[in-house]
Amino acid sequence: MSILVDKNTRLLVQGFTGSQATLHSEQSIEYGTNIVGGVTPGKGGQTHLGTPVFNSVHEAMEAVQPNASIIFVPAQFCKDSILEAADAGIKLIICITEGVPTLDMLIVKKRIDELGVILIGPNCPGIITPGEAKLGIMPGSIHMEGSVGIISRSGTLTYEAVKQTSDLGLGQSTCVGIGGDPIPGTSFIDVLKMMQEDDQTKAIVMVGEIGGTAEEEAADYIKENVSKPVISYIAGQTAPAGKRMGHAGAIIAGGKGTAADKIKKLEECGVHIAENLLQIGLKAKEVLG
Amino acid sequence: MNLHEYQGKELFAKFGLPVSKNRVITSADDVVNACRDIGGNKWVVKAQVHAGGRGKAGGVKLVSTPEEAAEFAINWLGKRLTTNQTDANGQLVNSILVEECTDIAKELYLSAVVDRGTQRIVFIGSSEGGVNIEEVAENTPEKIIYEPIDPLTGPMGFQSRKISTVLGLDGEQSKQFSKMLPQLTDLFVTHDLSLLEINPLVITQGGKLHCLDAKINIDSNAVYRQPEIQAMHDPSQEDPRESEAALNDLSYVSLDGNIGCMVNGAGLAMGTMDTIKYFGGSPANFLDVGGTATQDRVSKAFKLILADPEVRVVLVNIFGGIVRCDLIAEGILAAIEEVGVSIPVVVRLEGNNADIGSKILAESTAEIVSLNNLEDAAKKAVELSK
Repeated sequence: MSILVDKNTRLLVQGFTGSQATLHSEQSIEYGTNIVGGVTPGKGGQTHLGTPVFNSVHEAMEAVQPNASIIFVPAQFCKDSILEAADAGIKLIICITEGVPTLDMLIVKKRIDELGVILIGPNCPGIITPGEAKLGIMPGSIHMEGSVGIISRSGTLTYEAVKQTSDLGLGQSTCVGIGGDPIPGTSFIDVLKMMQEDDQTKAIVMVGEIGGTAEEEAADYIKENVSKPVISYIAGQTAPAGKRMGHAGAIIAGGKGTAADKIKKLEECGVHIAENLLQIGLKAKEVLG
Repeated sequence: MNLHEYQGKELFAKFGLPVSKNRVITSADDVVNACRDIGGNKWVVKAQVHAGGRGKAGGVKLVSTPEEAAEFAINWLGKRLTTNQTDANGQLVNSILVEECTDIAKELYLSAVVDRGTQRIVFIGSSEGGVNIEEVAENTPEKIIYEPIDPLTGPMGFQSRKISTVLGLDGEQSKQFSKMLPQLTDLFVTHDLSLLEINPLVITQGGKLHCLDAKINIDSNAVYRQPEIQAMHDPSQEDPRESEAALNDLSYVSLDGNIGCMVNGAGLAMGTMDTIKYFGGSPANFLDVGGTATQDRVSKAFKLILADPEVRVVLVNIFGGIVRCDLIAEGILAAIEEVGVSIPVVVRLEGNNADIGSKILAESTAEIVSLNNLEDAAKKAVELSK
């Protein structure tokens, strides 16, 4: 097993004919992902990458029955695209785009929760279940089918964790990039819950960073609900307060959200800490024995 | 993006909130007229910079003659104000807010933020104003209220009454606050704020609520749809290298070490800084060059890093995902030649075709150390920085 995506995933691509969507869709298809079509308003009826283009998600639903959607549209249109997919009945939506206004996300989050939709992102690399399906912009080649579940707020740091666990022969069950924004569609806790219930996942790597208290909340959850070993690395131990470190959510505000606080809390809750990003894979190997 | 106090108060006034009669001046010649326009016989003059702690640093003064106000203006305009919230260089004072003096009976605290935990706009109120709110939260948490606003309903009357109780308002003030809460929410939503802080919100001698300060931050992801806010942007308040980076769509934060960092991805960029520190070095900056790391972007990134005179070595850490490392290596070489980099560059390439990329770098004539793993690369950069 794995979580969220597998060989049965039927993927729709929103903003399909744009250059980024095209590049990453090609890579996903090459990886073996079943892309059933895409949406670009005004280009319905055309064929792109050998699959049909639709004017709306609703049209696509009727014609090709996707069960997941990935969004590449510009930030100002993401609110509309996410809510369109949710309205059409898609239950798993991945938003890759960076720069979505925070107040848009407040509305989106409330609505998708009401509809029981899982939104991954925005500002994320997506999800991959190695050997089955790749819904995102991560390089497929570094992944390997295996036993470590990875959850991360950062794209390239996820790749580091992936590479290290592949090099050590552990491989990954599913990797979920939840994104670097202050209001993510899916939290660490949501994914921890799924990974705890997933047979294939034997250990969980959680890559966090400064800003907010998502890691602290996850730590409390882990203590009570996760019996599998969890390894965590927190980026931004040297970041200054009050400065946004690239990601909209990566900022130490009012003395809150420092790496030191997060690491302390995680340790208290029994999480194995990788002091440095170089140790993520080794720590995973150590706890798996 | 941050606003000046006077800009925040313009927005307050636009949304019907009570602020003092004021004028903004950029030349000392205009101060006397400003005082006369405002009227009265006492004024407060406030240096306008993007930082708090101005009062203690001498950037705020109560004056009782226009001449005294003019003296303050002459003293501060064009100078840099250093407070406990600025760096050692301080912030440039380009304008001064002249306000009518308010007689204060009591100082309160009110702010609104986008709260990540509740995923709502949350109002924070306290009967302890004019002080550091984090300290109040730490020492006397019972004096603070956190009230989340449902995006569907907006702020309700009962919420306004809850906050009024904690603020210790009387009946008339509560009634006044019940008008202010929707106005503040409207301002927050209309202009995509990420922070709105009134510290202090005061009760005047006349018993009215009054906004004595205004601190506003705007969600930078939403500035594109806020033309009125864009016009308020003051680049003189930002680190020039950070502004330059933003213009080039690069994410850069200047730090005080001597190892320049160029990394793709914000998380990995922070991780690289941490790794440098872990091996005893000190990063000069945070820099996310972006996913594609093309020659153009790498060139711009080198220019930014080298503009910092402290930098002795540059560590380039690229996890080439979709983009091939051999192409990135060629981009790095071309950028080094274009920019004329004369200090050592340590490059770590990982991902597709990393070995070919490293070979290209190794065979070049530039002063490059190419290493495939981050540990070796970080150690080498630290060694070269000493």
